[in-house]
Amino acid sequence: MSIDMEQFHEVFFEESLEGLDVMEQALLIIGQSNDPEVINTIFRAAHSIKGGSGTFGFGDVANFTHVLETLLDEARDGKRELNEECIELLLRSCDCLRGMFTALQAKETPNLYQSIELIAAFERILGATDKTVNTVQADAVTQTSQAGSGPMLSQNSKNDANTSSGTDNKVTKHWQIKFVPEPQILLAGNEPLRLFRELAALGDLATSADISEVPNFADLTVDECFIRWDLELSNSSASKEDILEVFDWVIDECTLDIQLVGDNTSTQDNAMTSEPFEVPSVDIENMLTTNTEEPEQQFAGADKKAAPEIRAPRSDKNTHPSSSSSIRVGIDKVDSLINLVGELVITQSMLSELGNNFDMTKLERLFHGLEQLLQNTKELQESVMRIRMLPISFAFNRFPRMVRDVAIQIDKKVELVILGENTELDKTVMEKITDPLVHLVRNAIDHGIETPEERIRKGKPEQGCIRLDAHHQGGNVVIEVSDDGKGLNTLIIRNKAIEKGLIDSNEQLSDNEIYDLLFQPGFSTAAQVSDISGRGVGMDVVKRNIKSLGGRIVVQSKVDVGTTIKVHLPLTLAILDGQLVRVGQQVFIIPLITIVESLQVKPELVNRVSGDMVMYRLREDNVPIIYLYKEFDISADNTDIDNALLVVVESDGQKIGLLVDDLLAQQQVVIKSLESNYKRIEGISGATILGDGSVSMILDIPGLITASCRRSNVKRQFKVA
Amino acid sequence: MKIEVADQAISEQVLRLEGIDFITGGDQYLTFTLGVEHYGLDILAVNEIRGWVAPTLIPNAPVHVKGVTNLRGNIVPVIDLRILFKVGEVEYSPFTVTIIVAIKDATVSRTMGFVVDAVSDVLNAEKSEIKNTPAFGGSVPLEYVTGLVNVGNNVVTLLNIKKLLNLDEDDVEH
Amino acid sequence: MAQILIVDDSASMRNMVATTLKSAGHQVTDAPDGQAGLNKAKSSKFDVIVTDLNMPIMNGIDLVRNLRALANYKYTPILLLTTESSMDKKSEGKAAGATGWLVKPFNPDKLLATVARVIG
Repeated sequence: MSIDMEQFHEVFFEESLEGLDVMEQALLIIGQSNDPEVINTIFRAAHSIKGGSGTFGFGDVANFTHVLETLLDEARDGKRELNEECIELLLRSCDCLRGMFTALQAKETPNLYQSIELIAAFERILGATDKTVNTVQADAVTQTSQAGSGPMLSQNSKNDANTSSGTDNKVTKHWQIKFVPEPQILLAGNEPLRLFRELAALGDLATSADISEVPNFADLTVDECFIRWDLELSNSSASKEDILEVFDWVIDECTLDIQLVGDNTSTQDNAMTSEPFEVPSVDIENMLTTNTEEPEQQFAGADKKAAPEIRAPRSDKNTHPSSSSSIRVGIDKVDSLINLVGELVITQSMLSELGNNFDMTKLERLFHGLEQLLQNTKELQESVMRIRMLPISFAFNRFPRMVRDVAIQIDKKVELVILGENTELDKTVMEKITDPLVHLVRNAIDHGIETPEERIRKGKPEQGCIRLDAHHQGGNVVIEVSDDGKGLNTLIIRNKAIEKGLIDSNEQLSDNEIYDLLFQPGFSTAAQVSDISGRGVGMDVVKRNIKSLGGRIVVQSKVDVGTTIKVHLPLTLAILDGQLVRVGQQVFIIPLITIVESLQVKPELVNRVSGDMVMYRLREDNVPIIYLYKEFDISADNTDIDNALLVVVESDGQKIGLLVDDLLAQQQVVIKSLESNYKRIEGISGATILGDGSVSMILDIPGLITASCRRSNVKRQFKVA
Repeated sequence: MKIEVADQAISEQVLRLEGIDFITGGDQYLTFTLGVEHYGLDILAVNEIRGWVAPTLIPNAPVHVKGVTNLRGNIVPVIDLRILFKVGEVEYSPFTVTIIVAIKDATVSRTMGFVVDAVSDVLNAEKSEIKNTPAFGGSVPLEYVTGLVNVGNNVVTLLNIKKLLNLDEDDVEH
Repeated sequence: MAQILIVDDSASMRNMVATTLKSAGHQVTDAPDGQAGLNKAKSSKFDVIVTDLNMPIMNGIDLVRNLRALANYKYTPILLLTTESSMDKKSEGKAAGATGWLVKPFNPDKLLATVARVIG
């Protein structure tokens, strides 16, 4: 049997990392909660990781988690209280394991320095039960040292070795076994015949049944066993342990007497097998501990040996890149897909039957069928998109830990409130938004929340509050990071910007424009840059990342009340709501989210400024006009600005008007990449395929705006003073 | 209008080359014409041949990039080789076809369509038969050419597919 | 070949067990927790059930207890996946009616050998 264990590794890593997240969250609330399920959750996570890592050959991880599990087991059984020290250690273990998994995922050898240190700390805590731990380690070593021959443990590997060496030496032993099962043995599904079959595999087996105890037919209960057996196992190389192993599942439900009556074994096995035998009521636990009592020193040696084995990225093998990510989909989502496909098939067969002999009398049914098809397709699309959606708790989960750590580090008291963690978001968006969110939250603790003394002085509660709130708003997800701290001081920001040369000292800026300065590269208001964050260092990166996702940031703040940063994100990157517009022969798509309004140009509101610049007066704003046909060098029906159609779009607070020939339908379009076969095109963010099979370009509004601003370079003159 | 009718006629009999048996040794090339000249492409890279369908324009693209077309859900750029190589007349007739060429290996995966006047034949050529390109060239840039092969009285220019598929990357900037 | 149900909350273990058993020609169904396993067991008949012990919603011991209460599963072999640290769980499992156990970590050969013990 050769099953490539490597195929399960990626899933194992993923679920282990998830398990660690769960464990960490539970650890963070265990102090406040008496719910036994919390400790069970933690135990289960550690337990699964241990079981899996042993099975899949990651001895170091198994080793480490075993110590963890021992402590958790005691806590679960109420033998030990998890104090602050334990929780801290367990949290650090989560980090350590996470590091180990990340290394393993990248096919590197995990650094054991931290885990060894933590193991030592756990052992100190376990103190009195030290002996167990040592046994445990030795036990793990048995596994580790086997990693080379394929991950496995087996407490009977020794026996296997004996057996095989025995066979080589043509050992023939003769065993007499008396097997007296208790009547209820059948109830657990242990069929004596199966046991005999196992025994027969060890040598020549002769059985005789003793039916003297079988009651009269009238008294017989079908599921009770009254037969006893005398078994003779001859020509066997089996040791007593081998035989015991056959019976290990029923050892408590039978009386077993095993006697060695003949032995031709070469001397090496004698020590083990020729001892006088008593009735082996030996329970399996003792047996196992005997097997695993390896001297401790072997631990160190084996550990060194194990490390290179685990690395094992065989270069001759095609190692798949660990970046290939997968998605775990709830079965309900798959079921709903299957249902929808079923409906689609029904609609399809209905339509094709209709098409076979169609006449005008069936027109009504045809319309009905097409309507149904539209409905099916829509639902199918939504369902498929849902597969990519994950609850935002995946991103939020890390925050309780982070807030706790950061707050402790800088001596602040912070409570974290998380709302809307079930809000779903596209997996790709989620991955890219996590780091910016971390930055925003760190900033909020570091710069938003005041020190406890300062808060008391201001008459606020000593403990500050950070709120993370996710919710849907239209076709968007809005994530709010808010704090009840000191708020943004526009004066300080303004002065800083002047000092940095970002603005002129006499420039008039609205509050929002001042907040925007925070996201300028190289802007920082922190008097001293702490290692937690320095507002400004990275805020430009935050903004860039969010923009690259097609999202935007809105800042609201009030001095001494707090700051709220709202991040608006598209639900998904794969589909967008688009407005189809026509310019000449070409159809373009404008993302609906960017459109402010569409209007018929009134000639009296058109102004020409700064040379060749055409502006449209939209209420108090002057909006520069971009002639799409000029921009893209194509022909258009209407090149005259008067009476033309203008689509006003906005990105990043900047509005522009796009001159188009016609407004067509609004529809959802699937975004396809132009870059995969061609290259990036300025002003175009991608392409899509329309209903008639033709390709249409999706306009990159921020790109068009930047390009137009760059050309005109009159950015700051748009505003009417 | 005339072209559209012809489109259908050709696209209905789209030439599929997947079933060809490779009996002979040496490499096989799909040959085609641009004007009066003959060219060849490694047949293993040819995915299919389609009739001419006007593609969607790419804004500000160089003249030889006719646009992009929908190839079973993939967006594929279409390059007119006659314009790129400055050979023949650029017209779109019932015989004008697009050769869909794809390369896929560990580092790149690209698909493009090339507009040519007509597809002619499959050519077997041993390595030894392929002659070096003369240093003095015509309008076809030398880097696109891997060699020349004599076929009867004609000369077939073998093209470098990798270079062709990457032509947007280094050669053409607008 | 047998119809086997594998119940484990760890997807990688489920995968591993299922893949191994399938490679030996068995028909495998899986479930991520005891309750889901019980539901599947009720809706069709399995020849062998392999279950993990520590699972959310319903643990392995309760699953065994519930299965044994069903007429269909009175004698069906049920194997527990245990770790060496949970020896007391073995006796608890036995008391609940489990047939036997398989000690984690195990390799595919060991799994197949153990399952073979309870088939036929």
